[in-house]
Amino acid sequence: MTLTITKIAEDLAAGRCSSRELVDDALARIRAHASLNAFITVDEDAARRDAEAADRARHAGGAGALTGVPIAHKDIFCTMGVKTTCGSRMLADFVPPYDATVVRKMKAAGCVMVGKTNMDEFAMGSSNETSYFGPVRNPWDRDRVPGGSSGGSAAAVAARLVPAATGTDTGGSIRQPAALCGITGLKPSYGRVSRYGLIAFASSLDQAGPMAQTAEDCAHLLAAMAGFDEHDATALDVPVPDYVAGLGRDLKGLRIGVVAGHFAQGVEPLVAEAVREALREYERAGAVLVDVTLPNSAHAVPCYYVLAPAEASSNLARYDGVRYGFRAPEYQDLEDMYKKTRSQGFGPEVKRRIMMGTYALSAGYYDAYYVKALRLRRLIADDFARAFEHCDVIAGPVSPSTAFALGAKNTDPVSMYLNDIFTIPVNLAGLPAISLPAGFAGGLPVGLQLIGRYLDEARLLNVAHRFQQVTDWHTRVPAGF
Amino acid sequence: MEWETVIGLEVHAQLNTRSKIFSTSKTAYGAPPNTQANVVDAAFPGVLPVLNREAVRMAAQFGLAIGATVHRRSVFARKNYFYPDLPKGYQISQYEHPIVEHGHLAITTPAGEKVVGITRAHLEEDAGKSLHEDMNGFTGIDLNRAGTPLLEIVSEPDMRSAAEAVAYLKTLHTLVRYLDICDGNMQEGSFRCDANVSVRPMGQARLGTRAELKNINSFRFVERAIDYEVRRQIAVLSSGGQVRQETRLYDSARDETRSMRSKEEAHDYRYFPDPDLPALIVSEALMAEATLAMPELPDAKRRRFSAQYGLSAYDAGVLASSRELAQFYEDVVAAGAEPKLAANWVTGELAARLNADGLDIADTRVAAPALAGLLRRIADGTVSGKAAKDVFEAMWTGAGDADAVIDARGLRQVSDDAAIEEVVRQVIAANPKQLAQYRAGEEKVFTFFVGQTMKASRGKANPAKVNEILKRLLAP
Repeated sequence: MTLTITKIAEDLAAGRCSSRELVDDALARIRAHASLNAFITVDEDAARRDAEAADRARHAGGAGALTGVPIAHKDIFCTMGVKTTCGSRMLADFVPPYDATVVRKMKAAGCVMVGKTNMDEFAMGSSNETSYFGPVRNPWDRDRVPGGSSGGSAAAVAARLVPAATGTDTGGSIRQPAALCGITGLKPSYGRVSRYGLIAFASSLDQAGPMAQTAEDCAHLLAAMAGFDEHDATALDVPVPDYVAGLGRDLKGLRIGVVAGHFAQGVEPLVAEAVREALREYERAGAVLVDVTLPNSAHAVPCYYVLAPAEASSNLARYDGVRYGFRAPEYQDLEDMYKKTRSQGFGPEVKRRIMMGTYALSAGYYDAYYVKALRLRRLIADDFARAFEHCDVIAGPVSPSTAFALGAKNTDPVSMYLNDIFTIPVNLAGLPAISLPAGFAGGLPVGLQLIGRYLDEARLLNVAHRFQQVTDWHTRVPAGF
Repeated sequence: MEWETVIGLEVHAQLNTRSKIFSTSKTAYGAPPNTQANVVDAAFPGVLPVLNREAVRMAAQFGLAIGATVHRRSVFARKNYFYPDLPKGYQISQYEHPIVEHGHLAITTPAGEKVVGITRAHLEEDAGKSLHEDMNGFTGIDLNRAGTPLLEIVSEPDMRSAAEAVAYLKTLHTLVRYLDICDGNMQEGSFRCDANVSVRPMGQARLGTRAELKNINSFRFVERAIDYEVRRQIAVLSSGGQVRQETRLYDSARDETRSMRSKEEAHDYRYFPDPDLPALIVSEALMAEATLAMPELPDAKRRRFSAQYGLSAYDAGVLASSRELAQFYEDVVAAGAEPKLAANWVTGELAARLNADGLDIADTRVAAPALAGLLRRIADGTVSGKAAKDVFEAMWTGAGDADAVIDARGLRQVSDDAAIEEVVRQVIAANPKQLAQYRAGEEKVFTFFVGQTMKASRGKANPAKVNEILKRLLAP
């Protein structure tokens, strides 16, 4: 399963393989590498059945671009009839009665889902260690984290268990695990992809996107995922460009914004060096580097840790044990039922964020925290708008470090939060950004982040794709896979 | 000491949209539990609200009707609290930026007309219901009502008595039904009211501490609950105590209010803008649609009825109190009935009959053209007003139109002078004693002759003519 979906689609179209064969191969690899703990649910029978249906559709002449391509969905997307846990005890047995729009659209494009990938509980985490179903291991070093929250999807693609997977990104949850696992992951602009059926963490920041081996694959996947949805009032009703057609443009004259601070204190030197080398590669391709500043991004992490928990505290109120999901087995009365259900159903990081968010929205603190954070968010977005007057994309590291050891940061929330220092400003500004493999540091992958103008995914994919035409970092596979 | 009562009202009017405010579920009342609740209403993981434009149009229309500002941009906010019938753990409402602000409503009180300010009206969703009966000790949750659109209408503290509060409520009730944005059914909870009540020494500018009265589901209970609460507060203050700011529940069975929770126990709702819903933008197109759909409002209609049809203020008011009744009246007039006679019959005979049968004007058994047919026969002298009542009764029970009933029952009024004179002569001839009395100056005997003549004509003689002819023939 080392093929990209672009290649798989060609092979399927040419009749060189069947979807059933591809799915069998994926299932076998998932089983063989179960110790990665990348998956929470795998329904082999359903996957085979869907693969056979895809093959029949192809024979009948009804195949689309992705018909028969095996993929995995992050376990945050509701899948009708298939358990959707969001990495939480609260939803450990929850079976949704409907498909998320992303799931429905990818089904319609012909993708065959082989399973649901592991993740940080309710997408709250940067290491996949908050999952109720245990941590995912990084295929490059099993004692290290894959990043989070879409750690299962990243590890599954890095280990070539599946050619592609979906993820979600609230503060870096697609890009950081993509970087730490050496794959390509795109966080689209806020509103580009429907959030309907994506279990909410922070509604104004959450965005679904593709995780795959290459930017070209991401282009195919985004084409299937993106677009207006009548079920999501924040989904944009604007045309979706042809992302694949735009990949070939050359980079002559491309202005790449670089923030000096992104290579300074706190960034591992080898990470900084790999990213600098990637920038030199771009210069060789004809791009020019431009210095830009994003002064308010320095405050992005605290800003985010007011707004995201505030929204989460409200979004997660529905898990009360009344209608679905976990309910504490014993309780005295209604209030006791709420307390026990939520105490036992949520893990420590989720509880921490619910408490932070509740506090930030409380009478007497709302103006000092929530309102101030909203103002800061506006300033951060304005910085980007100004920077994009001088450049076409902004490049830098995805994460200040490579994959860290399991357990290294999970007793220190703030140091964990600071891992997302370069990704969080992008969510606050609602912009698209892509993470792509840009080398190695100490044998571990380093990710390059390219941030684009609002709704400029096509350019990001093009700029990332051209890099992958002249480098082979994205083709590297961890030993043993 | 003399006390002044100060009342402000919060009304929750369910908007009669076909589907819910943020989902496609139906809103019909009385369906089996949870048959009108989908994944959005039940707040399943991952679902999102999508605003029903019809609810917005209705709110805009209400805003126009009360002369308010309809904000082109308003914001939905989340009101967070835990309750089993609140599936999301928050209610989507409007808080800092409501869609409607600064309106007013003119009410009629015994002391004359008064204008009550309307602070704001905002859109929000209703909660579900908790069920306790037939649940074997458990609590059941019915989410059929969850997500039904509500317009919360908040008045200024402009009312000074329970009677004024009721007058305001009735006027508002008439208005929302006129606009056809709420069915106004108080039993089913389509039109609910909370009252903020305080008292202060007469002449004091500062407001007293208020209590919020909940759970008042009829006009009568509003009056009683306020009256009780005013007496209670005056008693507390008169004995040197202090009124606590609190929420009180009205118990109609005991006719009293009881403390539900104090200000200290009040929830911190942690309002914040709902990130799932972009700011609500009311387009000029929607405003144009609302303006175009605006019916003639009760006040304007009342004034027009007085001017156009020469009706008394009272009759015009009664007829304009319901859009359907007013329409029926105008249909009767349009079908050729004399306007004042039509007003008398619609507010009198017809209203009494509807009332007796427990029917709405929509269910009338005598349609407007049929009633007009009868009224024309009164006007042209074919039937007497008295006989017409019998004709109406017959029409009500399906005996056919006015002319058919009049003919079938031989009720056609006799207006032919010669025929009446013949009857009168016979009556006079048969009653020489009374004739003598009359001619001796006992004028009251006249009515005896009228009665005898009418009897002899079996009620069909035109009374005016009978009077005229009797006077002539009785004269010495």
